[in-house]
Amino acid sequence: MSEPTTPTRARTVPAEAGMAPVSPSAASPLRAFFAGSAGRNIGLVIALLVMFIVGAITAPGTFLTLDNVFVILRQASIVGVIAVAMTLVIIAGGIDLSVGSVTGLASVVGTLAVVQDLADSMHWIVFVLLALAVGAVAGLINGVVIAYGNVVAFMATLAMLVGARGLAEILAERRTLVVQDRGFITFMNANILGVNMLIWIFLIVAVLGWVLLNRTTFGRRTVAIGGNREAARLAGIDVRRHVMWLYVLVGLASGIAGVMFLGRTTAGSSTNGQLLELDVIAAVVVGGTLLVGGRGTITGTVFGVLIFATLTNVFVQNNLSSSVQAVAKGVIIVVAVLLQQRFSRQPGRR
Amino acid sequence: MAKAFSGVHALRGVDLRVRAGEVHCVLGQNGAGKSTLIKTLAGVHRPDAGEILWLGETVEIADPDAAIELGIATMYQELDVVDGLTIAENIFLGHELSRAGFTQRGEAARRTTELLRRLGHANLPPHTEVGTLSAANKQIVSMARALSHDIKLIIMDEPSAVLDTEEVKNLFAVVRELTAAGIAVVYITHRLEEIREIGDRITVLKDGRTTAVGLPVADTPTAELIRLMTGRDIANVFPERMPIEPGAPVVLDVQGLGLAGVFADVSFTVRAGEVVGLAGLVGSGRSEILETVYGARKASEGTVRVRDRTLPRGSVHAAVRAGVGLSPEERKSQGLVLDEPIFVNIALASMTRFARGGFLDDRAARRVAREQIDAFELRPADPDRPARTLSGGNQQKILLARWLVHGTTVLLLDEPTRGVDVGARAEIYAVIRDLAAAGNAVVIVSSEIEEVLGLADTVLVVADGRILRTLPAHQIDEHGVLDLVMKGTAA
Repeated sequence: MSEPTTPTRARTVPAEAGMAPVSPSAASPLRAFFAGSAGRNIGLVIALLVMFIVGAITAPGTFLTLDNVFVILRQASIVGVIAVAMTLVIIAGGIDLSVGSVTGLASVVGTLAVVQDLADSMHWIVFVLLALAVGAVAGLINGVVIAYGNVVAFMATLAMLVGARGLAEILAERRTLVVQDRGFITFMNANILGVNMLIWIFLIVAVLGWVLLNRTTFGRRTVAIGGNREAARLAGIDVRRHVMWLYVLVGLASGIAGVMFLGRTTAGSSTNGQLLELDVIAAVVVGGTLLVGGRGTITGTVFGVLIFATLTNVFVQNNLSSSVQAVAKGVIIVVAVLLQQRFSRQPGRR
Repeated sequence: MAKAFSGVHALRGVDLRVRAGEVHCVLGQNGAGKSTLIKTLAGVHRPDAGEILWLGETVEIADPDAAIELGIATMYQELDVVDGLTIAENIFLGHELSRAGFTQRGEAARRTTELLRRLGHANLPPHTEVGTLSAANKQIVSMARALSHDIKLIIMDEPSAVLDTEEVKNLFAVVRELTAAGIAVVYITHRLEEIREIGDRITVLKDGRTTAVGLPVADTPTAELIRLMTGRDIANVFPERMPIEPGAPVVLDVQGLGLAGVFADVSFTVRAGEVVGLAGLVGSGRSEILETVYGARKASEGTVRVRDRTLPRGSVHAAVRAGVGLSPEERKSQGLVLDEPIFVNIALASMTRFARGGFLDDRAARRVAREQIDAFELRPADPDRPARTLSGGNQQKILLARWLVHGTTVLLLDEPTRGVDVGARAEIYAVIRDLAAAGNAVVIVSSEIEEVLGLADTVLVVADGRILRTLPAHQIDEHGVLDLVMKGTAA
């Protein structure tokens, strides 16, 4: 038996329950354009361009140099690595507030005297792996508490934020520990094809994150869980295990960020990565990922990260204080979210 | 009393004339334009052609407030009550009774009780939180809110969709009281039997046009109505049963299953090619039984075996792997990822099949989805369409296709035709029959007893979390089921 409406008609006549929401937005091509993911990213490209133009005008000579572009990218790399993993967590409807603390903890553990001695006798890769493991284990704890303990992600990771920072302070005895290994410092500050190692790490993580989200079953499941958790569960997806792995992933990314801190500053300190979670979440959200889950892109997140890094750079070039910078960041976050809602609003909802 | 001749995008020539004090049914399939018509009358949409006459005068309904000013109230399908507020707070939401900025709780409660009494529900305390009420009582609250304004017309969009047989009777009693008070009711439904019981006149919509205006209910045969709605005749709504092969193996074997406080001692078997139906009222435990068999709820006792393999309790994952699939009661909130395209929703349970080493092969998923789209005549026939944009019937087909693609052999269907219009229903019925004929074991739950009886080979009559009787479907009718249920509940 066939539906009474012919296929061609079904395409043009909005059905009352189903197709109606599409038609009003289609009326405005501009809105339809911006509602698409490509359109949203173009909005981000424009925002980034505007910032570059402002930089070029206010700091001629110093802003638009290749060196300065690398400075911006280096600046963006640590936030960027975590933001890529955070994008997946937020798409799945979660959040991780503990990334900054875990980054600090990882950097401290990596520089502990015993660890450094161990690395001395073997290879510096030992303390790098240990720092990464610290991040992954912290993420695992978050994941188990959230997925199997049914604790709200906001609270579980808030607890980890406080706890991991405290543990880092205990371990470091409130002193700054310094990496001695020359091999590690040389490696982390090396330039390959003229590009700094930190930037390479960011690039590789971003590409891996993009592939993971867009080309693997893991990514597809992440989107499905964020879009409709119950439907995913009833379709036989092991939602708990999946959610747990997502937090391990973002923990691992925090571990990588801890190692990057060590590479950049050579110092393992319990204050490393303070308030990093705010920069990360702001970049992800400005990049177009919905906090309620179900939708988001790695590309958008990368742009979000670059926009904030460029902003910081423009302010530094003009010798403006970090306080002014913070105000500007706040304004940008609000404007970006307002614009997104304006262009991607579901018709009929206010 | 009112007349609309409108040309909003989904409507292209609609006439509707409603008299004071009548129940005017609007009938039409999904997509016929019923909801758009309602929204035009409620002031959500504006007509771009035609006019609305109200008590003899041309009016323009600019926004929902204007509609209420005129005396037109609307009860939408999705109940628009706020769960966290009390009944009285809901009723006066937006026009709170207040003096100098302070709400007058006493006065609101008094008026609420009065309104509830008018609706025959004086027993509901006005300070009850709405979230604790049943769907039927929430509907009463919604109606009381409409009545708190001085209204002359109330539009009800499929009010019976969330109610069971008893509650529908209650609803009808309320509707009769409204009409007795001279209020006109526009009643939207696709259940023909309800129109027989409550309607005075019928207007039929098809593809955004009226195909019949104001037919008297009493003189219009059902076949005629179906023809007006669909443009064709439906001879046999339920497909013919196929005899089950005598040697057909038992695929699903449920023994002594129980969920503490909900149901107990549920045992039944389903053979390959058999359709087993659970008949009972809302709250009898039907859906819970299905969800527990599936592992979505963790059984407190008993076993579920699929082809001699015992399933671990409370594991959907294991059930799916053993070849069990559930089409859940709430299609949108439990079944589909609405913003994802059709092909993703179809492939949702079989993702690893459409991937190599964890990497997605969307081309294969789209190809298989296209096959299913053709087989099910799913419309629109575009695998990249978001599931949200499909009608209820087509969304249901996605869920059936999902399990077919997965290679499921035990299908658990909870309310497979809720929110699905008459024409598409017949299609779903045919599909379910075909699936059984292909050797699948099917368990179906529906609040429409007629549907269970028409589809199933074997019927389990359920009341109060117990199976009262198991018998072949042809040995019992709707009356018999209700009889058993009433006696069973009383005992």
